[in-house]
Amino acid sequence: MRALLLRDLRLALRSGGGFGLSLAFFLIVAVLVPLGVGPEGATLARIAPGILWVGALLSCLLSLDRIFALDREDGSLELLATAPIPLEAVAAAKAAAHWLTTGLPLVAAAPLVGVLLNLPGQGTGWLVASLALGTPALSAIGTFGAALTVGLKRGGLLLSLLVLPLYIPTLVFGAEAVARGAAGLPAATPLLLLAGITAGAVALLPFATAAAIRVNLR
Amino acid sequence: MSLWEYANPKKFMETSARLLPWVAGLAAAGLAVALVWGFFLTPDDFRQGATVRIVFVHVPAAMMAINAWVMMLVASLIWLVRRHHVSALAAKAAAPVGMVFTLVALVTGAVWGQPMWGTWWAWDPRLTSFLILFLFYLGYIALWEAVEDPDMAADLTGVLCLVGSVFALLSRYAVNFWNQGLHQGASLSVAPGERMDIVYRLPLYVAMAAFALLFLALVLARTRTEIRARRLKALIARERLA
Repeated sequence: MRALLLRDLRLALRSGGGFGLSLAFFLIVAVLVPLGVGPEGATLARIAPGILWVGALLSCLLSLDRIFALDREDGSLELLATAPIPLEAVAAAKAAAHWLTTGLPLVAAAPLVGVLLNLPGQGTGWLVASLALGTPALSAIGTFGAALTVGLKRGGLLLSLLVLPLYIPTLVFGAEAVARGAAGLPAATPLLLLAGITAGAVALLPFATAAAIRVNLR
Repeated sequence: MSLWEYANPKKFMETSARLLPWVAGLAAAGLAVALVWGFFLTPDDFRQGATVRIVFVHVPAAMMAINAWVMMLVASLIWLVRRHHVSALAAKAAAPVGMVFTLVALVTGAVWGQPMWGTWWAWDPRLTSFLILFLFYLGYIALWEAVEDPDMAADLTGVLCLVGSVFALLSRYAVNFWNQGLHQGASLSVAPGERMDIVYRLPLYVAMAAFALLFLALVLARTRTEIRARRLKALIARERLA
């Protein structure tokens, strides 16, 4: 399992593309929004939590279809399915690799992007905390979506249609935690609910993911 | 004699052929009674005026929109556990029907909301979660359409339905948390002070029964179509081999 994780990380790093791309996308979204809604600081501060979370959602989405597609093309997905580790562990490792290459950079870059969007200083800690707690759920859900559509020729668009509705609870609690934190209100409740969703998704979704891969390899 | 006998497509086709005219006839009669009663024989509400009558379409449609998803969930579970093809096809047949009921509930709600709340749409928890339910239906149907192999499609949509149900419920509560709403509470509360007057409640019960029958009739008819389509495909494949 660790070997698989390391292999995926190495592939992501060396092939270029995936690793920095979603981070760059996140940055571009944060630049485009002020250009669209105008530069007033108060407006931006008001919508910053939502924009940051929607941006994180979309940049996670970008790299989902390559989680299984490349392995499927060169046949290593079949090999992984017959490997001595259970397929559920493969699914969990894939989700972890996706989080390390997409979610973690987002968490690291979020304070900077928050400054761009005029997020109040007291919200920054909540932003980092909510992204750190919430993005693993995004990766786990996205891996499940990628497993559903791995057998399809052009699954990319369908993948977003399937995955985005599943992201709704994570988005609601994540953005709410940041918004409350930025306004100086107690934000522990949404943060705890967010952590609950992440814990549930990370624990249970690998089983659904593995089931979907098995169907697709049949 | 067990319920599982109807999992045999032949048995299902025979029984549903006998059942369908009755269910469809009862649904049509029930709809006619409920809508004529509800639209023409009830008094105007003292605050809402004539718009109160939208309730006879809105509430049953909303009820069936949710029940259709629950039925799909049960049918998917039966397919995943016991591999009865009729079950998977019934889930497939129910999805567009449920989606249309969701749309009907949203549209009638908007038509009522314009004069009453002064807006077509508000980001109220109930409205929002129905919109989200609509998106779930959309994704489910799109996955059925996208996967070519029918058994594979049934498996994948079954898994999606299970996971989607959990997340649909989560979304419902998340949205509740996110915004307090305009929408009134349950239409058929048991508490005497909160519920509608009996002149509205009786036709509403009839309308709900009629919508349930309508759903059953549509799902039966659509499942029969799916089974026939499957048979036709098998026949064509056999011809080609011969």
